[in-house]
Amino acid sequence: MTAAPVEGPHAEPPTSWIGRLRTRLEGTLPYEKLLPETQPSYVASWIYVFGVLTLAALAMIVASGAVLAFRGPAWYHVSSTGLFFNSMHFWSVQLFFTFMGVHLVGKFWMAAWRGNRAKTWISGVLAFVVAVGAGLTGYVLQSNFDSQWIAFEAKDGLNALGVGAWFNVANLGQMALIHVFLLPAVIGVVVLVHVLLVRVHGVVPPLEAAKVAEDRAASRAAAEPVPEGVR
Amino acid sequence: MHVLTTIPADPATYLTWGWVSVSVPNLIAILVTVTLFVLAVVLPFPGGHEDAQDES
Repeated sequence: MTAAPVEGPHAEPPTSWIGRLRTRLEGTLPYEKLLPETQPSYVASWIYVFGVLTLAALAMIVASGAVLAFRGPAWYHVSSTGLFFNSMHFWSVQLFFTFMGVHLVGKFWMAAWRGNRAKTWISGVLAFVVAVGAGLTGYVLQSNFDSQWIAFEAKDGLNALGVGAWFNVANLGQMALIHVFLLPAVIGVVVLVHVLLVRVHGVVPPLEAAKVAEDRAASRAAAEPVPEGVR
Repeated sequence: MHVLTTIPADPATYLTWGWVSVSVPNLIAILVTVTLFVLAVVLPFPGGHEDAQDES
């Protein structure tokens, strides 16, 4: 039986990739950062609520979409319960894009990429772009006149881009699989990365709060006595 | 099949000013988003600064 490795600051450096990954995660994302109980005072503002509202709408989309996927169009286009879940899925999408739009504009005017948060910003933009694709495939899946119009307008645009042979909006089977599996999986991963990056780097402070913090740091540095040897 | 007949199939009403053309549903969505943004910036947050931790 081998002895348990020594824990604490004098522990042996990890020898496997799992150990190295654990050490890195412990350094960049400790539990206090991953699940914080408090937030800076500037987070008590409505504009900071729209990120989590977007996540809540996404949860509703996934939950209602799972029900639709299990019961199928013969149910959700015809029965009153099916139409209710179909409408819930549709309106969750409307809320998702509305909340995400406000979140995006708010973060843009806050210059949310400040303070080493470029990856957080880029992952958010990526989530938006993939969500637009998921929205398009969803509209095409309505299988009504609206979806027919959208599909054949999108077809011309996609053919002009040269991707129509691979991403064919007239292929209902392809659209269904992309909508219910591929894009939700991609959005799930991208959103998870986005939220973890927010945890790692913290919520971006408003421009005024960042200026106040800089001024305070500068005045603290000016007030501190300079060591004798430095003069 | 009665339910299927209630699915709206008519095109939306479009508003046009010169080269700007927007459907009424899209215009409503845009106005709601802009209104939400303005309210989120202007309205005070209830109970703000009570349990919050000041970073400074």
